[in-house]
Amino acid sequence: MMETNEQLSVNPNVPDQISNKAQKGKTPLQLAFGRFKKNKAAMVSVFVLLFIILAIIAAPLLTDHDPEKSNLLMVEQGPSSEHILGTDSSGRDIFARLLYGGRISLIIGFSAMIFTLIIGVILGSIAGYYGGKIDSIIMRAADMMLILPFLLLVLVIVSIIPKVTISIFVTIIALTSWPSLTRIVRGTFLSLREQEFVLGAKAIGASDLRIIFKHFIPNAIGPIVVNATLMMASYIIAESALSFIGFGIQQPTPTWGNMISEAQNLRILENQPEAWIPPGMAILITVLCINFIGDGLRDAFDPKSNKR
Amino acid sequence: MYQYIFRRILVFIPMLFALTIIVFALLKAAPGDPYSKILDPDLDPSVLEEAREAKGYNDPIPVQYFRWLSMAAQGDFGESIRYVGRDVSELILSRLPNTLYLGVFSLFVTLIVAIPIGIYSARNPYSPLDYFATGFGFFGLAVPNFFFGLVAIYLFAIQLGWFPSQGYISVSNSGGFGGFLDRLHHLVLPGLTLGLASTASYMRYMRSEVLTVLGSDYIRTARAKGLTERTVLYKHTLRNALIPIITLFGFEFGAIVSGAVITEGVFTFPGIGMLLLESIGNRDYPVIMALTLMFGLFILVGNLIADILYSIVDPRIRYD
Repeated sequence: MMETNEQLSVNPNVPDQISNKAQKGKTPLQLAFGRFKKNKAAMVSVFVLLFIILAIIAAPLLTDHDPEKSNLLMVEQGPSSEHILGTDSSGRDIFARLLYGGRISLIIGFSAMIFTLIIGVILGSIAGYYGGKIDSIIMRAADMMLILPFLLLVLVIVSIIPKVTISIFVTIIALTSWPSLTRIVRGTFLSLREQEFVLGAKAIGASDLRIIFKHFIPNAIGPIVVNATLMMASYIIAESALSFIGFGIQQPTPTWGNMISEAQNLRILENQPEAWIPPGMAILITVLCINFIGDGLRDAFDPKSNKR
Repeated sequence: MYQYIFRRILVFIPMLFALTIIVFALLKAAPGDPYSKILDPDLDPSVLEEAREAKGYNDPIPVQYFRWLSMAAQGDFGESIRYVGRDVSELILSRLPNTLYLGVFSLFVTLIVAIPIGIYSARNPYSPLDYFATGFGFFGLAVPNFFFGLVAIYLFAIQLGWFPSQGYISVSNSGGFGGFLDRLHHLVLPGLTLGLASTASYMRYMRSEVLTVLGSDYIRTARAKGLTERTVLYKHTLRNALIPIITLFGFEFGAIVSGAVITEGVFTFPGIGMLLLESIGNRDYPVIMALTLMFGLFILVGNLIADILYSIVDPRIRYD
């Protein structure tokens, strides 16, 4: 009975869901999964993304070429049966680089997202729930990190570190980009804090941790999920942008970004679009899929947005 | 609220100091100095050492910091190393207008396009324009802006020849109204490239916020008590829907700065973003420091404005 009252106060718009007998006995997670499965764009994206992940895992089976081995006798070749997408300005097989480059780009995006999520949710919850001194300390630290955008900070840090490895790159991303998620979590918590159901929960003796995990985070899950997916997508874009201008992952290690940097040569830009359009499209499709999945998750987790 | 604004401004000052320390520390941590790039074998190393001594590179760090800070406060960032004999501030000022044109052009396009379409989409969900806008939003957020820029150059500059692929004015630019049009002509591709992502994200946030607010109880109440749709939309919906947009606006300053650096790099557009890339490549420390400080200041002021606006539009939020 108590549970039902709390749910009612969390989702005042959907009392019919609770009275619906068919849905009784399902956990919120199962309900969310059911809603997610009905989202066509998200389900298609899941399969496309799985296909891309399978392709980059199975890279050694799909191509015999070494993505890092240059062959100066075979520079800027057009597509052929030997090199499906031709070769780049160092004579490396573009198709092989596309597959192996995808590994690096996706690993960077995913691990940086998880890392940032952990930092952002913990700090945002503490700041938004407790307020007061601890809130101002965290938010001032966040402000400090936000002074310089991540890209600018990385640009300057890269000029200090001679070789940017993947783990250094991921760490730099996470340590410079947690403030935006922290702010969003805190913002949601601040407005939740003023609502009556919190007072109700406190009155029946719920602990702080219970209120945070049972009431606030479920209410904030929409913004958190949407932002986590957008974050992962934007990290993939950021990695590619930095590698593109030559300040990210260095050659000969392939990433989708530094493959596109070939197009900074006007001759390749104009005459060899098959060298730079495939990695660009790979980023576009991957990021699109991640964003669609994020949207599907939001609709699934947040029954309030089921109008969409 | 006023107390909050006052406190927020007070906080701004230590932040500014934090910024100068971060900038100074990052660049002091960088290996080498401009003189380590001079590799003339005939040059006596003691000459280089004297030059370092004369420029103050051997002074204690705090001394160097306060000297740099007091000069920076007066707008004096020393001379560029790459462009010998040119003042850093003069070099930046010569490039700044180009970036401002680019930024204002792209922000203008962004707001004009994103906010009305976002509101329309939320009020008419599943209409053809909503589907188009949603599709465009997904595309705009997914495409890396440098890739979009390259495709734009490939299609509209190389294949179709409609717009110039680089630079900010034609060689034949003679000023006047024709010169202004020529500038605009050069701004189209980089401006749209820079504005693409923000347009998409504003549109998306605007749509989802307005939708959320329109579904809430107080809107139903407002309608039930017979308010006109106009009042419901402008007084009740927009004021609430704009709160997250304002937070987003604060964050956007950083994105605009980063986007400008990349976009200017793609289009070899001679603004301060391009200058930063050149300076990092050349280890031109005085320029890097001045630009990083400037970008940081720009973002700090942007965040301050966003926070103040936030407290004005949402009186429900208590700051204690």
